[in-house]
Amino acid sequence: MSVRVQEADFDVGAELARLTDGNKRIGGLAVFVGLVREMHVREGYHRDRIDALTLEHYPGMTEASLQEIEAEASRRWPLEASLIVHRYGRMEPGERIVLVAVGSPHREAAFEACEFLVDWLKTKAPFWKLEDTPKGEQWVGAHEGDDAAAARWEKT
Amino acid sequence: MKIRYFAWMKRTVGVPEEEVTLPDGIDTVGDLVVWLRSRSPGHAEALAEGAAFGAAVDQRTATFDVKLAGAREIAFFPPFTGG
Repeated sequence: MSVRVQEADFDVGAELARLTDGNKRIGGLAVFVGLVREMHVREGYHRDRIDALTLEHYPGMTEASLQEIEAEASRRWPLEASLIVHRYGRMEPGERIVLVAVGSPHREAAFEACEFLVDWLKTKAPFWKLEDTPKGEQWVGAHEGDDAAAARWEKT
Repeated sequence: MKIRYFAWMKRTVGVPEEEVTLPDGIDTVGDLVVWLRSRSPGHAEALAEGAAFGAAVDQRTATFDVKLAGAREIAFFPPFTGG
């Protein structure tokens, strides 16, 4: 179980190999890699080209938030391994932003926990995206769909 | 007490962080927001009533009724957009 917040890119293959190395109880590894998209769809139709994205975060609180989210996933699913690597700083379209990987004896738990981690980190970890577009810089607003995606994991 | 601002709030307020000494009667995050608005037009705009922002007390997400007693660092920020 680990969390990293870094400016540098990461090597997905090397990260996954390190995560599962020596643990033969893992039968399924679910992986999500978030990338910088070249277009931003606003209100469903309007499109802005993105030249770059700059991610700001709150050092200290970011790591603590991600650790809490990861701990919550471990309470809910039988996980053998998990990893969150989230970048900050300036990135161009096509670059990797975030890696979430979850290993479990069986695939169901791995898929579900991976989706849970991505949904919750989008709404509960202190990151903010600033887009560099041909019209100038623009802060990305919160997305209602992300709130709904995170809310479905709330326990009633 | 240190006050920190993130993302667009940092630009609207004009500084990323500031040290403040709270007057008596500022007991909660909500009290602090009201008091900070009087510091400058930028503060008033960033922390306006109805503006979408959240807060953290000593790096833990906090609602406006959370008490400030003993806190060292308060942060204000727009909704998170990571991932």
